[in-house]
Amino acid sequence: MTEIALRVEGLSKMYQLGEIGTGTLSKDIERWWFRVRKKEDPFLKIGEINDRSSKSSSEVVWSLKDINFEIQQGESVGIIGRNGAGKSTLLKILSRITSPTLGKALIKGRVASLLEVGTGFHPELTGRENIYLNGAILGMRKSEIGKNFDAIVEFAGIERYVDTPVKRYSSGMYVRLAFAVAAFLDSDILIVDEVLAVGDAEFQRKCLGKMKEVSRGQGRTILFVSHNMGSILNFCQKGILLDKGRILDMSDIQSVVKRYTNLTQSSTNDESLQNQIKSFNDKRKLITIESISIVGSNQSIYFLNTSDSVKIRIKYNVTSEVRGLRIGFDVFYKGEIDYHIFRTFHDENETTAQGVTFSGNYESSITVNGDLFKSGEYKFVFIAGIYNSHMITTDEISFLLTFENIDGVNNNYKDLRPGVIMPRNDWKTIKK
Amino acid sequence: MSDEVRIIDSKHGKPSLFELWRFKDLLFLLVRRDFVAFYKQTVFGPLWFFIQPLFTTFVFILLFGNIAKISTEGLPSSLFYLSGIILWSYFSDCLIKTSTVLRDNAHIFGKVYFPRMIMPISIVLSNLIKFGAQFILFILFYVYYLISGGIKFDIGYTFFLLPILLLFMGLWGLGLGLIISALTTKYRDLSYLVNFGVQLLMYATTVAYPLSAAPEKFKFLISINPMSSIIECFRLILFDVGSFEWQLLIIQVLMILLTLSFGICIFFYVERDFMDTV
Repeated sequence: MTEIALRVEGLSKMYQLGEIGTGTLSKDIERWWFRVRKKEDPFLKIGEINDRSSKSSSEVVWSLKDINFEIQQGESVGIIGRNGAGKSTLLKILSRITSPTLGKALIKGRVASLLEVGTGFHPELTGRENIYLNGAILGMRKSEIGKNFDAIVEFAGIERYVDTPVKRYSSGMYVRLAFAVAAFLDSDILIVDEVLAVGDAEFQRKCLGKMKEVSRGQGRTILFVSHNMGSILNFCQKGILLDKGRILDMSDIQSVVKRYTNLTQSSTNDESLQNQIKSFNDKRKLITIESISIVGSNQSIYFLNTSDSVKIRIKYNVTSEVRGLRIGFDVFYKGEIDYHIFRTFHDENETTAQGVTFSGNYESSITVNGDLFKSGEYKFVFIAGIYNSHMITTDEISFLLTFENIDGVNNNYKDLRPGVIMPRNDWKTIKK
Repeated sequence: MSDEVRIIDSKHGKPSLFELWRFKDLLFLLVRRDFVAFYKQTVFGPLWFFIQPLFTTFVFILLFGNIAKISTEGLPSSLFYLSGIILWSYFSDCLIKTSTVLRDNAHIFGKVYFPRMIMPISIVLSNLIKFGAQFILFILFYVYYLISGGIKFDIGYTFFLLPILLLFMGLWGLGLGLIISALTTKYRDLSYLVNFGVQLLMYATTVAYPLSAAPEKFKFLISINPMSSIIECFRLILFDVGSFEWQLLIIQVLMILLTLSFGICIFFYVERDFMDTV
């Protein structure tokens, strides 16, 4: 298990932008004609006036820059990063679709890459014919496909339609068939790009299960790109975080995922929250919000473990003495529709109702205990109002918290529980 | 677990026959796909293989035989034209399809790796099936004229050279096609030139006329056109008409080897990076 399956050394990929390629024969002939007449190249003119160094730097983009890593045999590695981070370029180089500009990769064993499902499917051909064709395109021998044929058909659940042209298939059947072929790909290293985004949730789970089975069972090495952090966490042990063509982090998958979500969510989410706070304006000028900040039990702010408790601190200013002021949150579960789970106010634990708030600066904080939320997104809407009188806010300030079940309740099981929360309950079982 | 270690770096790949051989099943399946998809998609199915040469022959009889009255060296004109047309269309189909192979298959090449050379080879083989069907049509005509006394049977042992001629045609189409396909990744407009150029080249080839009927001052030009000598040789074997010099065959082989090896080299050169520019 300690053998190295893949080693990448100083891998870089450069793309040229702008006029370098010029593109057409006529332009190249035109250039040549200008050169013959000892005139300046018409396509270089604009650049020549400019500073040379700034020009050259603007026409070259390093999609990958000096990437180094090693992957042991049998490991499942998730590659994550924002759009344009270089994930796809890396996979393309490792799949030999394009070549690196600098550096090299050493790969041991047979590589199969799945950058798309159903590559080369022909609509006129039957399911049977497409299984063979697609399998061969992915690099399988005919005999291998023949050996797995029945299992592929069964996995896809298309027994009745094997001899029907795939153009008559429903889109679901089409994807299932395409994936089934790939799932039976026998290789030492499997490279998978965002292919699970297609297909229904149940089938995705089935596919992940199948890939995992193959991965654990036969010591197959897997490189996996997905934007679905759930499946990455579920599936990979290690993670590589790419950003702007460089490796930002490489370690166990949990910490890499946390770092990634921090990177993406904290910047966008936090910015929008600060903007909301800034633009919030109470018509009666009773209250002004100074800040709302989230303090999780770990470093990441908007991305949390289901076991983490959520601590939110609100700083605000009250301009004049008022009776019955309440601030708090409405919490929604972001499903297909938003479920209002609960509402909470800052004075819930007070002994008297409708207390008086004097003018001045205040800080209220709330801690929601861990193991209440399940994995998914929850929307926290800040509310403020005067008891039995009116609401001050109307949905102006809200933010999303994303939970992932890494070490919380039910993480021994892969089933997604119904319901909108998943509290840790005090179960006891004794044998009588 | 195989112990094979592959190195991926910026060096351009070398042609590997071993790798091509590993993908022979894919080659077979691609040829099959082309054939199956072709007859499934159309109403007349495989009949299309016959319709095209038949109609072209008909037009040629009308144009070159009846209006221009160009000699067919005493042969029934339909037989003369058909022999030229099926051989020529094998070459031109190979050339045109190969010359766009990288762009036509960009959606596959961009997603999965297999030796790109498989695709052009599959084109040459798919077209061979089509040629086979058309050759059967030709034989039917041949037998008809044999029975009705239009021609005399005059095929000797040279008949066995026919597959070689066919190989030449295929390799010409492949070689030139590879060069053009590699160049079209950089020069888009070349692909427009190809269709047009092939059409023009046909008139410089002895498809619709025998070499003997060509005007004196163009005769040399037409005779050094490799397609002409192949078609002339084809007719010589089947009907014992036409002119052909054996020295040309040697030159032919050399030219094919040169074109093909250049084509393969340039194709392998662009193969690794063309996805970045297409």
